[in-house]
Amino acid sequence: VRGGTTGEVRSTCPYCGVGCGVRIAHAAGRIIGVTGDDDHPANFGRLCSKGMALPMTLSRSTRLTVPELRAARDQPRRSVSWDDALDHVAERFAATILRHGPDSVAFYISGQLLTEDYYAFNKLAKGLVGTNNVDTNSRLCMSSAVAGYKSTLGADAPPACYDDLDHADCVFIAGANMAFAHPVLYRRLEDARKRRPGVKVIVADPRRTDTAAEADLHLALAPGSDVALFNAMLHVMLAEGRVDRGYIARCTDGFEALEREVAGCTPAWAASVCELDSDDIVNAARMFASSPATLSLYCQGLNQSASGTAKNAALINLHLATAQIGRPGSGPFSLTGQPNAMGGREVGGMANLLSAHRDLADPQHRAEVARLWGVASVPEKSGLTAVELFDALAGGTVKCVWIACTNPAQSMPDQALVRAALQRAELVVVQDCWRDIETAAFADVLLPASTWGEKEGTVTNSERRISRVRAAIVPPGEARADWAIATDFARRLGPRLGRDDAGRLFAWTCAEAIFDEHRETTRGRDLDITGLSYARLDADGPQQWPFPKGAQEGKARLYGDGLFPTASGRARFVATPFVETAEAPDKMHPLRLNTGRLRDQWHGMSRTGRAATLHRHEPEPQVAMHARDMAARDIEDGALVRVSNSRGAMILRARCSGELREGDVFIPMHWGGRWVTGTGVNALTLRAIDPQSFQPELKHAAVQIETARLPHTLVAMGVLADADLALEALAVLLGRFDYASCGLAGRDYPVTILRAASAAPLAADLLAEVDAVFGLQPVRATLAYEDAGAGISRVGRRLGQRLAAVRLVGDTTGAAWLADWIADARPAASLGFAILAPSSEAPGGAVARGKILCTCYDVAESQAQAAFAGGLALEQVRSALKCGTGCGSCVPALRRLEASARAIAA
Amino acid sequence: MKPRLVVVGHGMAAARTLEHLIEIGPGRHAITVIGAEPLPGYNRILLSPVLAGELDKEELALQETGWYARHGMALKLGTRATAIDRVRRTVRIDDGSNLPYDRLLLATGSRPLRLPIPGADLKGVVTYRDLADTEMMIAASREHARAVVIGGGLLGLEAAHGLRTRGMAVDVIHLMPWLMERQLDREAAAIVQKRLAARGIRFRLAHRTLAIRGREGRVAAVEALDEASASPVTIDTDLVVMAAGIKPDTALAESAGLRCDRGVVVDDTMQTYDPRIYAVGECVRHRGLSYGLVQPLYEMAKVCATHLAGVGSHYYAGSVPSTHLKVTGVEVFSAGDFADAPGRENVVARDASAGVYRRLVLDAGRLVGGVFVGDSRGAARLAELIRNRTNVNAMRRELMFLA
Repeated sequence: VRGGTTGEVRSTCPYCGVGCGVRIAHAAGRIIGVTGDDDHPANFGRLCSKGMALPMTLSRSTRLTVPELRAARDQPRRSVSWDDALDHVAERFAATILRHGPDSVAFYISGQLLTEDYYAFNKLAKGLVGTNNVDTNSRLCMSSAVAGYKSTLGADAPPACYDDLDHADCVFIAGANMAFAHPVLYRRLEDARKRRPGVKVIVADPRRTDTAAEADLHLALAPGSDVALFNAMLHVMLAEGRVDRGYIARCTDGFEALEREVAGCTPAWAASVCELDSDDIVNAARMFASSPATLSLYCQGLNQSASGTAKNAALINLHLATAQIGRPGSGPFSLTGQPNAMGGREVGGMANLLSAHRDLADPQHRAEVARLWGVASVPEKSGLTAVELFDALAGGTVKCVWIACTNPAQSMPDQALVRAALQRAELVVVQDCWRDIETAAFADVLLPASTWGEKEGTVTNSERRISRVRAAIVPPGEARADWAIATDFARRLGPRLGRDDAGRLFAWTCAEAIFDEHRETTRGRDLDITGLSYARLDADGPQQWPFPKGAQEGKARLYGDGLFPTASGRARFVATPFVETAEAPDKMHPLRLNTGRLRDQWHGMSRTGRAATLHRHEPEPQVAMHARDMAARDIEDGALVRVSNSRGAMILRARCSGELREGDVFIPMHWGGRWVTGTGVNALTLRAIDPQSFQPELKHAAVQIETARLPHTLVAMGVLADADLALEALAVLLGRFDYASCGLAGRDYPVTILRAASAAPLAADLLAEVDAVFGLQPVRATLAYEDAGAGISRVGRRLGQRLAAVRLVGDTTGAAWLADWIADARPAASLGFAILAPSSEAPGGAVARGKILCTCYDVAESQAQAAFAGGLALEQVRSALKCGTGCGSCVPALRRLEASARAIAA
Repeated sequence: MKPRLVVVGHGMAAARTLEHLIEIGPGRHAITVIGAEPLPGYNRILLSPVLAGELDKEELALQETGWYARHGMALKLGTRATAIDRVRRTVRIDDGSNLPYDRLLLATGSRPLRLPIPGADLKGVVTYRDLADTEMMIAASREHARAVVIGGGLLGLEAAHGLRTRGMAVDVIHLMPWLMERQLDREAAAIVQKRLAARGIRFRLAHRTLAIRGREGRVAAVEALDEASASPVTIDTDLVVMAAGIKPDTALAESAGLRCDRGVVVDDTMQTYDPRIYAVGECVRHRGLSYGLVQPLYEMAKVCATHLAGVGSHYYAGSVPSTHLKVTGVEVFSAGDFADAPGRENVVARDASAGVYRRLVLDAGRLVGGVFVGDSRGAARLAELIRNRTNVNAMRRELMFLA
C-alpha cells in the first residue's frame, strides 16, 4: 500500500469504460475521499455522479473476508482457511478434469478485473487446465463491437480517441445514452458544442433519452432496425455521390458486394422499416457524409443484439465509404461499458481469443502463445461463450464453474435457465468482494477478493489508454487480489493434474510481474506495449497503445495512413443485410421491451446500490411506457404492473414516459433479485445470440403488460445501524411478497426502504420479520396507528427528536414525505403519533420532494421546475440552486426542464 | 305575582340551570335557592387544583357576588330542605320554616360512598366531595405524613395527587385491576398509573379494603387483601380518603313519595312524576341511567331551563358519557362505550415514549366510544360524532387525526 497511513494515491474509477482518473484520499486504513484526477487525460478532474459517490460505497459489512465452503448443497457454508478452500476446489476441479476432460470445467470472469487478473485466469484455463472455457461478462457488453471492428478494420482496436470529441463537426451517436452511461465524455461533448456551435449531433435511439433530446436530429428508430437505417444512409450517400471513391479504391475491399446490398435500401424502404421520416434519413446521411469530420459514438444499442456485429459493421461501412476515419474528429468509436473490457481482450481472456489479440483459430497464433508460456500447446477448440457456457452447465456437460468478479444470476439473459444451470452445476466457485450479490447464493465455495482501492494493476479504457490502478488501503480480513487467488489455485491444481510446471507458469509474486509477462506477448502485435512498464506509467501517467519499445508516446488515433491490420492491409466492407430482432412481437406479447441504464446506477448495483444518494434519481424499479399503451391497458401512472412473456415475469411500477415510442417499453437493467421480487428484467430477456460475437440480445424482447392487482401494500423505511446488513436481510424477504423492492434514500444518513404489495393479506410472521429488520418490534415501535378493521397498521420509532423508522401497511399514503422527513432528520417528537397520519401532505403542508435531479447539491426536480416556471434561465437556476454545478450529470435534464417551462410559458 | 321557583341544592347543575333560565326568561320567576354549604355555588371540578395548591378557593365561585341579588334570587345558604309537602306545595327547611313553590327544582346531587368496614368512622377518615372535605385534607397534610386513598377512580387519583403534591406519602388502594375502569381501558390506565407512580404515588390494584385500624381514636392503618395472591396487606397511615364512588342523593325526594329508582326518575323534559317538580344533576335517573360527569349535567340543565321558562321545546335524550380532563396533569378523554364487543372495531394510536394512547371504537360505521390518554386533540369533535351517531365511514382515516 502506497502513501503510508495517510495520503492520496492516483487510480481510476471502477465503473464505465471512460476510465476516469481519481485521487483517493485515505487515512488510518480507510478511504476518506475521492476526487477527479486533474492530470488524467480521460477526465481532467471531472467525475460523474457515480464516481463522486464512490466514498459512500465502501461499507465493509457485507464484504467477504474469509473463504467459505459447503461440502454439500443442503448444508450451510462455513468459514474455512484459504488452504482448505483452494485444496478443496483443486481436488474437485482435478477430479472432474481427469474424469470428464478439461472442457468439463469453465471460468466466467469479468470486465471489471484488472488486466493482470485476467491474464492469470486466462493462463490458468488455457495454459494449465487445457480448456478455452474462459469467458467474461464483456460477452454481454462489447463482443459485437469487437467482432464489428475485426470484420471491417481487422483488429479489436477503437481507432479514435477522446480528443476527437473536440474536433468532430458531426457527432453520430447510435444506441448510446452518453448523458447517463458515459457522463464525463458527454460533458466533453457539451463543451465542444459550446465552443463550436456549428457541431451537429445526430442521435439514433428508439428512446428520446437526455442525449437524444439535445441532438440536432433525433432518429427515433424502431428497435433493432439500425442496419436498415445505416444501409439506407449509405444508399443516400451513393445516390448523391457523397462517398469517397478514391479512398474506397485505395484502402478497402468488398465495396461492390455492399453496393449491391444497399441498392434496394432506399430511404422510403428504411423509413417504413425504421418507422422514421425518410427526409430525416436523407438529412442524416448528408450530415454524416458532408461534415469535415464525423465521429460515431455507440454502445449497447448496437452491441446487445442478435445482429450486433452487423449493426457495428454497417456503421463502420459508413465511415469507410466516406473516409471518415483516421483524421482528427472522425472515426467509429465504440464506447466501452466496463472499466477493463479492453484489457481483458488484450490478454485474450475470452473463449475465442488468445493473448495479445491472437486468434484461437490460427495455428500460428496458438504456437506463439504456447512458446511464450513454455507449454506444449494451447487448446484448439473454441471455448464456450457466456450464454453457451450456462447452457452447457444446464445440460450437464460443464460440471464445475468458477465465477469471478461478476454476477451472472443478475446479469445474464433468461434467468430461469441461468439459475437452473447454477443449481445443476456440481461445483460453483464464486470469487468476489461481496457476499450479498445474487450469485453468491449459488456458491459452494466463496472466495474473498480485494476490490477497488485495495488492488494494484492496470486497466485499459475506451480510447486504448492504459492506466495504473493503485491500492490506497489494505483489504479487509483475508481478502486477496484476484490474480493471487488464481495463481495460488493454479499451483495447487497443477500437481493434481500431473503437471510439474505449475510453479514455473505461475511464479508471479506481484501484479507487475504479470504485467511484464503480458507485455512480452504483445511484441509485434497491433497492441504492442513493449515500450511500457509500471515505472513508465508511474512516471509519465496513463498511455495509449500501441506503445512499442522506443516510442515516446502512444498512438492517439489509428489508420491515419490508410493501412489496416488485415492480410491485405485494406479495410473490408461487410455487406450487412437487415434482419429482424430475434423475437418478434406478436398478439400475445405485442410490446417491445428495451433494457438499459440509469444515470446513477451501474450494472447490478453491487457497488452503486450501497450509496444512498445514487438511489435518489430513480428510487424504485419501474417500466416506462407510452401513454397510449397505458391507456389501452387501463394502466394508471404509478400502478404496479406485471410484465411477462414465456420465459418469466417481473412486477414493477409503470411510469408514463414521453421518451418512448408507442409499442416500446423500457426497464432499466440494474435491479436484480437483491432489489426486487424475482430475478429482475433478465427474467424476460432471451438467450438469442449474435452468430459472430455470441453476444445475447439483451435489449429486445417481446412482452405483455397488465395491471397487477396487489391491494395489500407495505412500505417500511428507517435510518438503521447498518444499511448494508439491512438490505441483505431484506433481500431474502423480497420473494415472500408478490411485489417488493428495497433501496436507499437520504444522503448523510442512509434510509433503508422496503416497498411491497401482495394479492393476499400480508402474513403476521412476514410482517414481524420486516419489523425486526427496521427495529420496529412491538416493544420498540413506540409510535403506532392501527385500524385492524381497515387493514391499516402504521408503526414507527423515534430516536431522540427525530423519526428513525416507520412501517406502513394497508395504507401507505405519505410514504414519500415520510422518507424525506426521516432522511432530513426533521424534528418529529412534537408531532407525536400524528406523524403516522395517512396523509399525502406532511405536517405543515410540505409535499414529498420526489426525484432528486442533482445528487451533488441535493436539488429535486420539483425545485428546478419551480425555478424555471418562475422565469429563471438555466444559468440563473444553476447559480441559485447550484444544481448542475458539481459533476454536471443533471445538466441535460435541467436543459429539458428549461425547454418545457418555456414551451408552457409560450 | 310571579310564579315561585324553589331550587333545592346549589351545586353545578343547579347553578347552570339558573344561568340558562335567567338567559331565556329573566324576571319570570321569584327564585329561592336552598344550599347546604355555606357559600354560593362553586366549581366542584376545581377542588382538586385547590387540594394540590394550584388554585385559591376564592377562584372557585361560579358567579360574581352580586349576580344572584341582581336577578332577584334569594339564597338560603347553610340550610337544608328536610321535607316536601306536595299537596300544599311547600318545602320545609331546617330552620323550621316552609317555603311555598309553584315549581320545585331538585338538584340534590350525590353523596360519597362510605365503605361499610370497621373503622370507617375513625377520626382521620374523610370522603372527598366538597370544599370542607378539601380543607380537612389540606389541614391533615400539614400535620401528618402518610395517606391512603381508597378508590382509584378520577376523584381518588386527584386526591392522591393533591396529597402527594402537599408532601404526603400516598398509597392508592383500588379494587379493580386497573385505575379509572369506568373511563379508561387497561392500556390507558397503565399510562396514567405510570405517570402517577413516577411522582411517587404507590398503587395497590385488585386489593379489597377490609378494615381501618385506629389508635387513640385516630386512624393508624388500613388492612387490605391482595385479591391475586389472597394475602393480607397492612399499610400504616395517618389519613384515609374514601373515594370509592358516589350515590345519587334521593332522600328528600323519596321522603316526598316521588318515584325514585337509584335516582329521582325524570322524563325527557327533566320533569319528575310530579309535574310541578323537576330534577337535574347527579341525583337524577333518566332512561335508567345516572351521570356523575359534568357534561351530562350541563345538557340536563339546558333542557330543564327551557321547560321551567315555559318555552320548552328541547328534550333530553340522555348523554353519551364523555369526559375530557386532566387527571393530575395527564390529559384524559373518555367518551361513549369503549368496551370490546363482537362487531366492534378499534382504531388505536400510540406514542408510547410520550405516554400517549388513543383508542376509538367503531360499530357498524359509527363511532361509539373512545379513550385517550396523554393527547386529547380532536376530543370535542369526536365526542360530537359519538353523540350524533354520525356515520364516519367516509372519514375513518382522518378520525384519529382530527384537530
